[in-house]
Amino acid sequence: MTSADSTPRDAARDAAVTIANVDKTFATREGEVHALKDVSLTVAAGEFVSLIGPSGCGKSTLLRLVADLDQPTAGAVRVFGKPARQARVDQDYGIAFQQSGLLPWRTVRGNIELPLELHRDGPHGADAASRRSRAAELIELVGLGEFAEKYPDQLSGGMQQRVAIARAIAEKPNLLLMDEPFGALDEMTREYLQSELLRIAAETGAAVVFVTHSIPEAVYLSDRVVVMSPRPGRIEAIIDMKLGATEQRTDAIREDVAFFEMVTAVRESLHRGSPPTGSIPARDLAAREGRSA
Amino acid sequence: MSEPSAALNSGARNGGAPNSGARNGGAPNSGARNGGAPNSSALNSRTTHVLAPIVLGVVVVAIWQALAGSGLVEAYLLPSPAAIVGEIVAFAPSMISASGITGLNALIGLVLGTVLGILTAILASVLRIVDGMTAPVVAALSVIPIVALAPVLNTMFGADSQFSRQAIAALASFVPVFINTLRGVRQTLPVHRDLMRVYAASPGEIMRTVTLPTATPFVFTGIRLASSLAVISALVAEYFGGPRGGLGSLIATSAASSAYPRAWGYVVASIVLGLAFYLVTLGLERAATLRRS
Repeated sequence: MTSADSTPRDAARDAAVTIANVDKTFATREGEVHALKDVSLTVAAGEFVSLIGPSGCGKSTLLRLVADLDQPTAGAVRVFGKPARQARVDQDYGIAFQQSGLLPWRTVRGNIELPLELHRDGPHGADAASRRSRAAELIELVGLGEFAEKYPDQLSGGMQQRVAIARAIAEKPNLLLMDEPFGALDEMTREYLQSELLRIAAETGAAVVFVTHSIPEAVYLSDRVVVMSPRPGRIEAIIDMKLGATEQRTDAIREDVAFFEMVTAVRESLHRGSPPTGSIPARDLAAREGRSA
Repeated sequence: MSEPSAALNSGARNGGAPNSGARNGGAPNSGARNGGAPNSSALNSRTTHVLAPIVLGVVVVAIWQALAGSGLVEAYLLPSPAAIVGEIVAFAPSMISASGITGLNALIGLVLGTVLGILTAILASVLRIVDGMTAPVVAALSVIPIVALAPVLNTMFGADSQFSRQAIAALASFVPVFINTLRGVRQTLPVHRDLMRVYAASPGEIMRTVTLPTATPFVFTGIRLASSLAVISALVAEYFGGPRGGLGSLIATSAASSAYPRAWGYVVASIVLGLAFYLVTLGLERAATLRRS
């Protein structure tokens, strides 16, 4: 790292994300829904933070506020010290959703090159050759070397998610936002991709905000787990994980006593915060999940 | 006369009711699948699939030939297949040139209608006011039989011009292309919309990278539906005067001069022409639908 590069990095080290007293209400046919109430959270640079909670606790909404895909009703969201909108325009974060969101008419390589093509003034967008070499790098990084010229419908769900992750980190963002990226995958693929993600996060040094509803997933991945509860969506507890540094975590940790202790701590916190989800009418839940159309 | 009139009716119904067109267009995949690759299990059923209609065709033609040769049916009511084939062979150069004239009119109309349909649909999707303005016009266009305009347009553009026929084919093609394209440009997935917002893409970039590629299969479904309409309209328009030499005018003159086998010969040529348009556009549609699962 040269000295010229170090200035923005130093500024970033303070906080990747600052969320201060954020409220979010959605107007629905049944009246206003309070999706988030007085949420404050800081994510340090390079930190891995998971948001966990039952459906309707506003965890996805919170992520969308950070991504500037929605705007808070009150309060402020800052990313690397800038308003969320500015951070989005400046491409300060990469994002992956539960659906891979790949363009089916583009190959794996074409999909990964998409953000580079759209941002010609970005770090790897200048010309076709540099886009191509960056895409090749990323394809190797996510272990899809033989599949560069395949189309998304020729890949398994897990492979599609790996492409989506490669696309999210294509421009080397210092923040990665992930909305249940492994939610639709089977358990085996899921555990494999969790380890891959840890490796990638360690390699890139990016901060990660990771939405999930899986307790073991949150515990395995995170430095801190933010437990949220619904009606209205709020932060119930923030639990520090003590499983060692990101790059040292391996699959063996899943069988460690400390891992089970952390799982228990998160589970108890979750249950304290919310009644059994069965008692919430489905319609209500749907309304709370409510993405504004 | 049963065959051409049946084709005409079904064509008019397709174009007349945008719903049926739109319904077809709603699932470009299913159309492709129907016509598509052999079903997994049975080579047997595939053979039946191909053989059955051929056998039926042969049987019908044989009965027709027997009936015409028996003297039970007057030759002017129902010329024998042999007589029709004889006329087709005898008048082959005329059949080909007539198909060329009508085919060119249909093609020019199809291209014009397609370009207009696509551009108007894109405008309507971008500008709400255009959508509001065009909706009633298209509804009106889709319920009037376009060929009814032929005498009027003939007068407008002069009796020695092919343009009135091309204009009629263009108007008939416009409706299904417009309706399907408009549907298509509204199919963009929410996850792709979010992604493009994250990338801070400009409206033009969004149109080019996501909206239009998503709409492409729908556009080609519209073109496929329009292709038959273009041929039918160009042909029927010739019944209302204007330059001679096309299939429509030759069917009319042959019938008027009691050359019934020759009239039937031109009818067969029309069917071939219509099929050619249909198969080419079906092929285009299939190519466009590939990878859009």
